[in-house]
Amino acid sequence: MTEAVFYIFAAVAVLGAAMCVLQRSAVSSLVWLLTTMFALAAIFVLLQAELLGVLQVLVYVGAILVLFLFVVMLLNVDALRQYSRGAVSTAAAVAIGGLLLVELFAIWRYTPARLAAELAQSPQMASDLALAFPAASTNAEAIATRGIVGAVAAPMFQTYLVPFEITSILLLVALVGAVVLAKKRL
Amino acid sequence: MAPDLLGPALALSAVLFSIGAAGVLLRRSAIVLFMCIEIMLNAVNLAFIALALLHGVAGHIMVFFVMTVAAAEAAVGLAIILVVFRHKQSVDLQHVNLLRG
Repeated sequence: MTEAVFYIFAAVAVLGAAMCVLQRSAVSSLVWLLTTMFALAAIFVLLQAELLGVLQVLVYVGAILVLFLFVVMLLNVDALRQYSRGAVSTAAAVAIGGLLLVELFAIWRYTPARLAAELAQSPQMASDLALAFPAASTNAEAIATRGIVGAVAAPMFQTYLVPFEITSILLLVALVGAVVLAKKRL
Repeated sequence: MAPDLLGPALALSAVLFSIGAAGVLLRRSAIVLFMCIEIMLNAVNLAFIALALLHGVAGHIMVFFVMTVAAAEAAVGLAIILVVFRHKQSVDLQHVNLLRG
């Protein structure tokens, strides 16, 4: 049952991404991208990342895509000449994309057993990995007792506190930078 | 139940990333190019979340940071597109050759 739902949303996500690339009008591209984002939010929930599924809808669909839509409307891009590349460039782009796909499909064969076998050859790397990734059973326990939000929030405000605080500075810089760039005169 | 989805989720991530990369090469409109970058970021997020099934919630935290950086990048990038449009009356990347020697 879960698998069937996963494949339905996966098909929607791929269709949305492909149409986003192929559509001529920027607004159509944007709406197809929106479909992809919603499908991915559903897939996140299926993969036991309920918190990130909600954040995906709030941040990507609610904030980033609306920002895109504002800019598309503001510039009235669709009224301008349509941009597409020549046949040679198109063929090259498809070929490069295809090669990348073949290459990336190698990660499909990833299994925990294979990782363990590779780590057994280098003990140093194994100890580094244990430091970065606590055992999955510890996490399962944390999720069971505190829920997904608690299980994600605890390491975020302990282990990853400094990156979290740096993020706030990054957002402030982006905010100021966007205003400085977009304003005609300060 | 869920670990069975690991392989398919990683495959979906690979497909989405390739579509995004091909889109960056195919399209000349700066705005659509940005959308393709968002597709690629989402594909990577999906890989993080799929592998979090095995390796714990550290992957979820990484996705949280990626989303934050994506929001910052979109804000600054779209402001740059606005400025380019104001100068060139176009968002076609062929026309943006200010740095060409």
